[in-house]
Amino acid sequence: MHTIMQQLINGLSLGSVYALLALGYTMVYGVIKLINFAHGDVYMLGAFWGYYVIRFWHVNFFIALVSAMVLTAVCGVVIEFLAYRPLRHAPRITALITAIGVSYFLENIMSYFFGASARNFPQVIKVHNYHLGGFSVSNVQVLILVTALVLMVALQLIIKQTKMGKAMRAVAVDPDAAELMGINPNHVISFTFALGSALAGAGGVLIGLYYNSIDPLMGMTPGIKAFVAAVVGGIGSIPGASIGGFLIGILETMVQAIGLSAYKDAAVYIVLIIILLVMPSGIFGKRSKEKV
Amino acid sequence: MKNFKKIATATVGMAAMMMLAGCSTAANSSKKGNTASGNTIKIGVNMELSGAVAGYGEQQKQGIELAVSQINSKGGIKVDGKKYKIKAIYRDNKSTTSGSASVAAQLVNNDKVQAVVGPATTNDSTAAIPNVTKANVASVSPSATDDGYTLDKNGKVQKYVFRSCFDNSYQGQTAAKFVTNTLKGKKVAIIADNSSDYGTGLAKAFKKQFSGAIVSTQYFQEGDKDFNAMLTAIKNKGFDAIYAPGYYSEVGLIVKQARQIGIKTPIIGSDGMADPKLAQIAGNANANDIYYTTPFSTKSADTDTTVKSFMDAFQDKFGTEAPTFSALAYDSVYMVKAAIEKAKSVNSEDIAVAMAKIKNMKGATGTMTVDAKHNPEKPIAIEQMNGGKVEKAITVK
Repeated sequence: MHTIMQQLINGLSLGSVYALLALGYTMVYGVIKLINFAHGDVYMLGAFWGYYVIRFWHVNFFIALVSAMVLTAVCGVVIEFLAYRPLRHAPRITALITAIGVSYFLENIMSYFFGASARNFPQVIKVHNYHLGGFSVSNVQVLILVTALVLMVALQLIIKQTKMGKAMRAVAVDPDAAELMGINPNHVISFTFALGSALAGAGGVLIGLYYNSIDPLMGMTPGIKAFVAAVVGGIGSIPGASIGGFLIGILETMVQAIGLSAYKDAAVYIVLIIILLVMPSGIFGKRSKEKV
Repeated sequence: MKNFKKIATATVGMAAMMMLAGCSTAANSSKKGNTASGNTIKIGVNMELSGAVAGYGEQQKQGIELAVSQINSKGGIKVDGKKYKIKAIYRDNKSTTSGSASVAAQLVNNDKVQAVVGPATTNDSTAAIPNVTKANVASVSPSATDDGYTLDKNGKVQKYVFRSCFDNSYQGQTAAKFVTNTLKGKKVAIIADNSSDYGTGLAKAFKKQFSGAIVSTQYFQEGDKDFNAMLTAIKNKGFDAIYAPGYYSEVGLIVKQARQIGIKTPIIGSDGMADPKLAQIAGNANANDIYYTTPFSTKSADTDTTVKSFMDAFQDKFGTEAPTFSALAYDSVYMVKAAIEKAKSVNSEDIAVAMAKIKNMKGATGTMTVDAKHNPEKPIAIEQMNGGKVEKAITVK
């Protein structure tokens, strides 16, 4: 029983990072129907920024976290402006391929300038283990979970309570009608990218601190798994992405818990295939009929 | 049928020519392979400089750069009274097998190199074999550890294929003996990297040799960062030691996470762990009771002058402690140098023949002799790490 609780905690801390990443996928998809495959690499940029500010400017963890969110938000807007905006009216597949290109570009430019080998993330927060009735939680695990939850609630508030959030929802439903109502879709899209990328940047710093190891290719696998999480939750749905992230994290943990560690990645992708076959709109997704 | 005859005749003719070439004793008379022109010997470097394992490629490139600049600053290589400088030509195979094959072709056919160093991984290195063999150019891989790498399908040794690292069996068996004899371990859990021949090969060799029980075998992928679930699952299996063959980037995290959840047993690994970054990633407080098999011990610098001069020169040039990959790549270049001096020739075919005969070459990873299977015979050491520091090196015979 204790082991199961312990594995659940492991799964939740892994899942909270997938959830943060999945939110970015799902928001961008909701607004412009693009799977932004460069999203995992924005997360990597966040981790590297955290590494440099802590290492060389000796800032504390929260400044590193917030500044990484600001930086990745700017990166997200710039990527959207340079890579996706010119393709706004191009076929969707064009933008998708561009996204993969942006992903490779970011990975390789970081390898080129900063070196491809893994480096250790400065440990600004000392790890303590709390033992609660047989299982242990580290303060970093709690920090990750709390930060992820706070950011998710903040995101929900922004989308539901602010004018910009309303505009986002309007563009997601019908960009042309939204434009006729006086909403500038370009601003809304930039804002969406900023918001999603900031969450990814926060995830990067948290992961750097938790695992103490970052490298330019660190965004690849989590990026794809977060995409699966977004699909499981129902792509385009914000609560869906959060739940999907936690589900994928727990699934991966449980597969390893029963001793099938070699198949943990396979399990995640099998879930993707099953979801796409059986329930393509995910858990929280809206079913929409496509007009032919 | 006619065609078949033609081919058969041609093959027999070629075989006869090869035998003749083999018989000829004069060093420069053979027409095969690439011969250095002017006073530069070109060494092609077929390396993973970008892509998935660029981290290893970069470290090896540093070792090669150091070796080349050292040799040149000492006047180069003397062959028949003539001094040659070395020029390394670096080409990126992008960590892909197709890239490696085309880079190999480019190096041997267009750049006309006299020898090739690289690639780093077994898969990429194997992909380069046909092209270097066709061009009669020897290639030395610093880190292709798969047992079969230097052999063809029928178990015959590949004439142009060499390496400066141990094969997997040797390391895996040494680790198994060490667990049984020195640590007195009876039960072992294995956590292996199954994204490379290196991890799976070592795990296999260990299992074959180990006389005790293996309570659990778990696998991870290169690039994985979370091992908590796996470690929690095996925690109560009652093992005396963990064998974790893999590279420092993942094993460092395994060490860290194992110690954090309270697994205190010794962790034994392979030379992929022998990197100062292991302790940095694991954290000094967690890096206790760690052992790994390695050809290259930073501790042996205390007694060995070749190792010490390599360590110092590396520190001067790059500002960090030398990782194993750099030491192996450094030795690969010196193997080429030793072969050239032995052959007294700057022809690639002669160099390949001489390379198979290298004996007692002093290198940064120990004194090595190339054996009949083109593997280097050198002493293997086991380093013990406590508190993030290598405490001692235990030489295993």
